[in-house]
Amino acid sequence: MNNIFVYCEVSEEKSISDVSLELLSKGRKLANELGVKLEAIVLGDKIENLEGNLYPYGVDVIHYADDKRLFPFLTLPHSTLLIDLFKKEKPEVVLFGATSIGRDIAPRIASALRCGLTADCTSLEIGDHFENRTQKEYKSLLYQIRPAFGGNIIATIINPDTRPQMATVREGVMKKEIVNPNYKGKLKSIDAKGLLKDEDFIVQIIERHIEKSKVNIKNAGIIVSGGYGVGSRENFKMLYDLAEVLGADVGATRAAVDAGFEDHERQIGQTGVTVRPKLYIACGISGAVQHRAGMDQSAQIISINTDPNAPINFIADYTIIGNVNDIIPKMIKYYKKNSK
Amino acid sequence: MKYRIVVLAKQVPDTRNVGKDAMKADGTVNRAALPAIFNPEDLNALEQALRIKDRFPGSEIIVLTMGPFRAAEIIRESLYRGADRGYLITDRKFAGSDTLATSYAISLAVKKLEPYHFVISGRQAIDGDTAQVGPQTAEKLHLPQVTYAEDILDIEKDSVTIKRRIEMGVEIVKSTLPVAITVHGSAPSCRARLAKLVMKYKHARTITELQEETKDYTDLYSHRPYLQIDEWTVADLNADAEMLGLSGSPTKVKKIENVVLAHKESTRLTADDKDVEWLMQELISRHVIG
Ligand SMILES: Cc1cc2nc3c(=O)[nH]c(=O)nc-3n(C[C@H](O)[C@H](O)[C@H](O)COP(=O)(O)OP(=O)(O)OC[C@H]3O[C@@H](n4cnc5c(N)ncnc54)[C@H](O)[C@@H]3O)c2cc1C
Ligand SMILES: Nc1ncnc2c1ncn2[C@@H]1O[C@H](COP(=O)(O)O)[C@@H](O)[C@H]1O
Repeated sequence: MNNIFVYCEVSEEKSISDVSLELLSKGRKLANELGVKLEAIVLGDKIENLEGNLYPYGVDVIHYADDKRLFPFLTLPHSTLLIDLFKKEKPEVVLFGATSIGRDIAPRIASALRCGLTADCTSLEIGDHFENRTQKEYKSLLYQIRPAFGGNIIATIINPDTRPQMATVREGVMKKEIVNPNYKGKLKSIDAKGLLKDEDFIVQIIERHIEKSKVNIKNAGIIVSGGYGVGSRENFKMLYDLAEVLGADVGATRAAVDAGFEDHERQIGQTGVTVRPKLYIACGISGAVQHRAGMDQSAQIISINTDPNAPINFIADYTIIGNVNDIIPKMIKYYKKNSK
Repeated sequence: MKYRIVVLAKQVPDTRNVGKDAMKADGTVNRAALPAIFNPEDLNALEQALRIKDRFPGSEIIVLTMGPFRAAEIIRESLYRGADRGYLITDRKFAGSDTLATSYAISLAVKKLEPYHFVISGRQAIDGDTAQVGPQTAEKLHLPQVTYAEDILDIEKDSVTIKRRIEMGVEIVKSTLPVAITVHGSAPSCRARLAKLVMKYKHARTITELQEETKDYTDLYSHRPYLQIDEWTVADLNADAEMLGLSGSPTKVKKIENVVLAHKESTRLTADDKDVEWLMQELISRHVIG
C-alpha cells in the first residue's frame, strides 16, 4: 500500500499552520494503522527549521519546494506541483486543511486526478467495505465521516476504486500531538523551477491585507454560546456580559450567524470552529449534529433551553429549562454574589 | 467591450430553516417539508454578473442549472433579475452525481457556450457546503480560478481585478480572461426582480413543464422564442455516461447513521432563583468557574 500525504499550509509567519500539524498527527495514526509512511508536502519560500518542526510529528518524508513565487499561496502553481507529485507518488490518502487555501486547491486536484474528495470531515477512520453489487471486498479504506445535511445524520463516505482518497478537515478537529521529539525523516526537494511554467502565474496578487483574527475561541477555557433562541443581536449582549464576569469567550450557532446575531468568526460546528473548553454554556441552542460536531468534547456542558426535549439537553451535564433572557441575568447575579 | 458570462446556480433545500417537521420519524430528511430555494451565494454570483452587464451594455448572461425539472424555477428567477437566457441540465442519468460528476456535466455545458469570458458560481451550496463544484469546473475547462470573490473591481479588455475574502483578510488579484470565479456570501446581495422582466418572462417554460401543463409549446415558442428554456440532456452534452451519476462518482456513501445521543446523566434545573444560585455555587465549588 502507498503512503499518506498531508498538504502543509504555510502561515503568514512562514511556519507550518496549526491545522496542518493537526493533520500530520492524525496522518501518523492512520499511517501506523495501515503500516505505511507519512509524507508532508510544503510549498513555500525559505521556511525556517522545517525539518526540526515537522519530524517530531512522525513525518517520514518532507517534499519541499523552496521558491519565492510559492508564497503567498496561488492556486495554479501549487496545483501544478501537487498534481505532478501525486502522479509520481500515487498516494493512498491525501489530507488538506478545510481552510481558504485547502478548500480552494483540493477540489482542483481531485478534478485533475479524477478522485474523490470529502469536505469538512469530523472524523477519519480505517475500515473495510464489501460492495454488494459487485461482490467485491475492499480492505483498509479511509472512512471519511461527516455530518450530512439535515438533522441527526452522520454519513460515512468512501472512495473504493480511485486513489488518492482525499479529505479536508477543519482546524481544531484533530489533536496536535508530537509523537517523538527525536523522530527523523528525510527531505526531498521538489524542482519548482523546472516544473512551473509562465501560464501558472496568470493570476497575480496585487495587494494583501492580512489581519490576525481578534477572535480566538478555539483556545477558550469557557465559552458562552448563543443560538437562534437568543432572539436578537441585542440579546446577544447579555451573553457578552456573562462572558465578561466568567472570563469566557462568546460563540454562536450557524442559525444565529445567519440571522445576523453574531459574526461568522464565532460560529462553532462542522463548518465553523471546533472547541474543547472546560465549560460550554449553550443558550437557546437546539443541538443539531453539525453544531455538536464542534463542541461535544467540551468537559462540562450547560444547556439553557425552553424545550425540555432539545437534543442538546441529552449531552449536557446541567440543563436549565427556561428562557435565556431570564436566566442569564440571574447567572450573572448569583455568580457575583457567590464568588469572592 | 461585450462579455459573455456564464452563471452557475443551484436549487437547494433550505437547510437554514430545518424545523422539527423536516425530520421524519425514522430520522431521515423530509425533503418535501423543506422549501426549494435559489442557493444564497449563487444569488451573489448572479449580482456580480449583472454588474458586469451594467458596466458593459450588450454583455450577455447565461444561467446554467443542473437538477430535476423543477429547477427551471432558478432560470426564471434569474431572468426576472436580468439574465438573458438559461439552460436546465437535466437527465435521470445525472442522479447520484457527486461533485466530480456534476462538474464534468456542467463543464460540458459551459463548453457549448464558447466563447465565454467569465464562469461565475457561488462559493458553496448550502445543502452540502462542499465548495467543490466551482474549482472542479474551472479545472475541467482549464481556466484559472479566483475563489471567494467579494467584488469585481476592474475589468480591462482581457483582464479582471478581483477582491477576494480569505480567512485572515482580503487579497486583490488580477487574472486574464476567461476566468472562473466563485463568489463569497459577503459580496453584495442580488438586486430585486424587475416588474418589467417578471411580466416578460413569467411564462418562460421548459418543454417538460409545458407538457405537464398540457400547453402547446410549438405555438408559444414560435411566437415568443425568448420564453423557451432549453433542457440539455446527456445526449445534448455528448457526455460519457460512465462519467456521470453513480458510476462517475468516486465518492460513495457507505452508510448513514442516525446519531443516538448517549444520554448523559444530566442535572435538571428550573429557572427559579434557587436553582440558578445552586448551579453557580456548584460550579464555583468544583472550580469549573471562578
Ligand atoms: C452543511 C451544513 C453545515 C452546517 N454547519 C453548522 C455549523 O458549523 N454550526 C452550527 O451551529 N450549525 C451548522 N449547521 C446548521 C445546523 O443544522 C442547525 O440548523 C443549527 O445549528 C441550528 O442552530 P440553533 O440551535 O441556534 O437554532 P434552532 O435549531 O432554531 O434552535 C433554537 C433553540 O432555541 C430554543 N429557544 C427558543 N427560544 C428560547 C428562549 N427564549 N430561551 C431559551 N431557549 C430558547 C429552542 O427551543 C431551540 O431548541 C449546518 C447545516 C448544514 C446543512
Ligand atoms: N447542480 C448544480 N447546478 C448549477 N450549479 C451548481 C450545481 N452544483 C453546484 N453548482 C455551483 O457550484 C457552487 C458550489 O457548489 P458545491 O460544490 O455543491 O458547494 C454552487 O454555489 C453553484 O454555483
